[in-house]
Parts: sequence; C-alpha cells; structure tokens
Amino acid sequence: VSVWFVRAALAYLLVGFTIGAALLWNAGVPFAGQVGRLRPAHAEFLLIGWTAQLTLGVALWIFPRLRLGSLPHGRVGFAWLGFGLLNAGVWLVTAGRVADVATLAWSGRLLEVAAVAACAVNLWGRVRPGLSQM
Amino acid sequence: MLCLMLGLALGAAQLVPGAPAVVTVAGPAYIHLLVVGWITQMIFGVAYWMFPKYAVNQPRGNDTVAVATFALLNIGLLLRVVVEPLHAVRPSPVLGAALAIAAVAQAAAGLGFVLNTWPRVKEK
Repeated sequence: VSVWFVRAALAYLLVGFTIGAALLWNAGVPFAGQVGRLRPAHAEFLLIGWTAQLTLGVALWIFPRLRLGSLPHGRVGFAWLGFGLLNAGVWLVTAGRVADVATLAWSGRLLEVAAVAACAVNLWGRVRPGLSQM
Repeated sequence: MLCLMLGLALGAAQLVPGAPAVVTVAGPAYIHLLVVGWITQMIFGVAYWMFPKYAVNQPRGNDTVAVATFALLNIGLLLRVVVEPLHAVRPSPVLGAALAIAAVAQAAAGLGFVLNTWPRVKEK
C-alpha cells in the first residue's frame, strides 16, 4: 500500500507544481485571469496530496513491524482505508474551494481527518525501537 | 538548510516595524523558501538517497536528471524570491519575463524529480 501512497504523492507533486508554474507565469506575464482561481488546488495538492501523503506512505513503508512475527506493515486494511479517504478528501476540498462550495470543502477536510485516523491505527503501535534495538 | 535560514530571516525581516515595501510584499517568497526550498528539497534529497535502487549499475536512477533537478529547482526558486517582490513593487516586462522563467524552471524540476523517482517506487 505504501507504493500507492508514494506514487499518488508524486502525481500530486507534478500537477501541483504545474499549477504553481501557471500561477507564477500569470503573475509575471498575464495570460488568463481565471488562473488565480486554481490557487486553492495548488495549495491542497502540494500540502496534503504531496507532502502529507508522501510522509504517510514512507512511514507505512519504513516503520518497524508491530511485533516479532507479525505482518511487516501492520493492519494493512486501515492503510488502504486511509489512502482512499485521503485522496477523496483532497479532491473534495479542491472542488469545494475552487467552485466556492463550502459543504464540499469541509466534508473533504473531514475525510482527510478520518484518513489520518485510519493511518494512525496502522502506525501507532509501530512507533517503537526496531527489533534489533530491543 | 540555506533556504530554511533564508526563509526564516526573510520572515523576521517582515516583522520589523518600518520594513521597506519590497520586504513586506515578500510573503509568497517567504512561504516558498520554506515549503519548496526547505521541505520539498529535503524530501527530494532524502528520497534520492534512500528509495529502493533503480538498478544495480544505476542505483539512484539518472544522475544527470537529478543534478538538473537540483539546479532548476534552486535557480527557479531564487529567481522567484528576488524578482517577485520587485515586480510587486514596480512591475516591468523584464521582471515579468523573469518570473515566467522561474515558473518554467521549477515545473521542470518537479518533472525531473518525478521521472527519476517513479521507477524507484517499488516493492523490494
């Protein structure tokens, strides 16, 4: 599942940087007045879609296993749930803020909170010294 | 680390009463020094160092692309940090063109990082 988190994060990085470049270009050499409306998408894709998602993905990949003999990546079902909720949340928040529909934006943000909670269920017990240090 | 120091220094300068206009309008430059120059660049560096090997004879993927990514990201960012506040205070076509160049450089850096990193995101 961590592979999916990291690949999705890379995709958001690419799209977020591209939107940012369009915003910066438009600030220097204006070409479309409507480009500024994409600023919330730029921020959401890069802060949550890229940075937060990459961090969660690497943590799911690299944190120690739950206990000796357990599956290496813990309760993977919760990680998958977190992946689905996080990405649904990113798109809902983006759609809500770009289209100025508050209900979409705050419900998307709640999905992101639930996504982090699901990932925390997977990760919480894995925050401990590695087996070689015990 | 340099971008983190520069960003924090610029943030401090913005808080000084009576700071010149070119400093007070530099909010976007301050934010981008921290989130692009520090956080994103730190992620790029650590990913380049520790992600699974691309191949035995090319463990970190294409080194030329990686160097180009580093150069483009920092040239684009620093150009933006210098030019954006100046353009906000006194707009000119030359400064506007420089911002467009900064935009292209940073977008190219993002593309370079993704192209070089994508094949290294795999199960061991």
